[in-house]
Amino acid sequence: MSSGRSVGARFLRSELRLVFGRRRNQMLLVALAAAPVLIGVAVRLSSPTSAQGAPGFVARISQNGLFLVFTAMAVTLPVLMPLAVAVVAGDSIAGEAHSGTLRYLLVVPVERTRLLVVKYVGIVTYGLVAAFVVAAAGWLTGLVLFPSGPVTLLSGDTVPYLDALGRAGLVALYAGAMLAGLAAIGLFLSTLTEVPIAAMASIAGVPVVSEILDAVPALSAIHPYLFTHWWLAFGDLLREPIATAGIRHGLGVQAVYIAIFGALAWARLTTKDVTS
Amino acid sequence: MAGGLVVPGEVVDGRQDAPVGQFSAAIRTRGLTKRFRGGQVAVDRVDLEVPRGSVFGFLGPNGSGKTTTIRMLLGLVTPTVGEVEILGGLIPGALGAVLPQVGALVEGPAFQNYLSGPANLARMDAADRTSDPSTARRRIADALDRVSLTSAGSKRYRAYSLGMRQRLGLAAALLRPRELLVLDEPTNGLDPQGTREVRALVRALAADGLTVFLSTHLLAEVEQVCTHVGVMRTGRLVTAGRLDVLLAATAPRVELDTTDPEAAVRVLDGLGLSSPRVRAGAGAATVSAALDGIAVAELAPALVAAGVGIHRLVVVRPDLEELYVSLTGEGFDVER
Ligand SMILES: Nc1ncnc2c1ncn2[C@@H]1O[C@H](COP(=O)(O)OP(=O)(O)O)[C@@H](O)[C@H]1O
Ligand SMILES: [Mg+2]
Repeated sequence: MSSGRSVGARFLRSELRLVFGRRRNQMLLVALAAAPVLIGVAVRLSSPTSAQGAPGFVARISQNGLFLVFTAMAVTLPVLMPLAVAVVAGDSIAGEAHSGTLRYLLVVPVERTRLLVVKYVGIVTYGLVAAFVVAAAGWLTGLVLFPSGPVTLLSGDTVPYLDALGRAGLVALYAGAMLAGLAAIGLFLSTLTEVPIAAMASIAGVPVVSEILDAVPALSAIHPYLFTHWWLAFGDLLREPIATAGIRHGLGVQAVYIAIFGALAWARLTTKDVTS
Repeated sequence: MAGGLVVPGEVVDGRQDAPVGQFSAAIRTRGLTKRFRGGQVAVDRVDLEVPRGSVFGFLGPNGSGKTTTIRMLLGLVTPTVGEVEILGGLIPGALGAVLPQVGALVEGPAFQNYLSGPANLARMDAADRTSDPSTARRRIADALDRVSLTSAGSKRYRAYSLGMRQRLGLAAALLRPRELLVLDEPTNGLDPQGTREVRALVRALAADGLTVFLSTHLLAEVEQVCTHVGVMRTGRLVTAGRLDVLLAATAPRVELDTTDPEAAVRVLDGLGLSSPRVRAGAGAATVSAALDGIAVAELAPALVAAGVGIHRLVVVRPDLEELYVSLTGEGFDVER
């Protein structure tokens, strides 16, 4: 028999196959991939002058297709990506409870803590893949529709295309990491119910509430602690040198949310009577 | 019914090759109690002892607490009070060590809708960190074969019939060699043919030395395969023990057909038989009463002397059904 660790990895592999093999989850990824394509086509069809007033990245797309990656990320990260993560996270424990498979996993036995870890890794992996799907679709669409070549960063410096492509990868990595806090919140909410759709809806609502709070100036004192506050700090990766303060804050806040909601999920699931 | 009872002759109280805790019971509970939120006491001070190697029929009407008991045995539900010991290990501490030896079917099968049967079994096996991945394929095929589900192939679980689902649940319980099977109503949803197959399977497994703990509300299931029986009623274990011993201890009754039931009842009363009952029939009525130690030899002469015409007179040992009804109440009375 193989080592204890690889035997543990078997369940994780099986879980990833389940998450990524599910047609609904695949369709969500396809929908995410469609976002940069639609943006690219829209920018291509619009007259150059109409892009003048457009904020941030959009205006730069027609100069360099790589900016489609950053635009798509800025558009999908606040709403679409959290929605996809909410679906997978809501399903994680509540789905197993709803279908009754939770009791059979537990009597296999899968220790409840191990189940949480595997489910959590599954959600985070899905979020990361979602971010890379958006990035890849943005990159390819940009290649097809717009010029590529050395990229002028937000700081005004110009870097080689490959350097900028590497930064696009980092942006996707950062976006994926930004979903890890939501994944922990989702895992916890999913332990509270046996109705997956209820879990999904409430998880999808969490970033919306956070973003609304983030937009209320009177609450500026709590803004740095909102888990969505630093999501768009990935723009800092497009400066030379890279500004790390916002990124570090973003990662730190995610870590705190992961710790808190991971602990809550653990406290809940390890004491829960499984009567479904 | 009375004569047709099948009681397996020998009860094996411990396997000779049992590795650890050879003399401990397969399942033992002490004062096991579950009070759900809202105050409902689903299981009430149950002391259960399931000997190793037995086929234990856990009988009780719907809602009597069988499934809740099983959930507590398997660590799914935490008892409000009481202790559970499985294969010598105290639950919940020993769950990780003990459960790989236990195959379970709890309140119906449940699998991933979008995976095929074999893929579902592969998932269960992958979740088991103590199972050997190199033999998984063969064990899955064997388990499916054992429940005659090999033809289901790549159909998604969603498309399975209830009977196929039940079989897949049994296959999951048989994915690896087990010491103990806990089967909650395993023939639910099966047709008569499937029911017979499950009974044959349980007998074969028991012959291999497995302990089988089988909850059911079907008496035929218990009569045909069980060596031991425990009867639940509204959360209480009202009786438990070897099936043959329990049945032998029940009071024999006399049953007679006569055209003059009133006179017969008077005679039986006079002899001291308790609570005679009359059941009207075509032509003759049937009178029955507990014998209460009165010799049958005294009955016939007394009845004849009283001028009661007798068409038939037999001594009946109550079968499991009568025992069960006497313990859990007649018919469909819903008690909670
Ligand atoms: N999660 C629960 N919350 C409250 N009551 C429950 C719960 N599960 C079961 N019960 C109650 O406990 C009693 C026993 O149920 P159960 O163990 O399923 O019986 P059985 O398996 O013998 O049919 C029933 O009255 C049922 O309504
Ligand atoms: Mg039940």
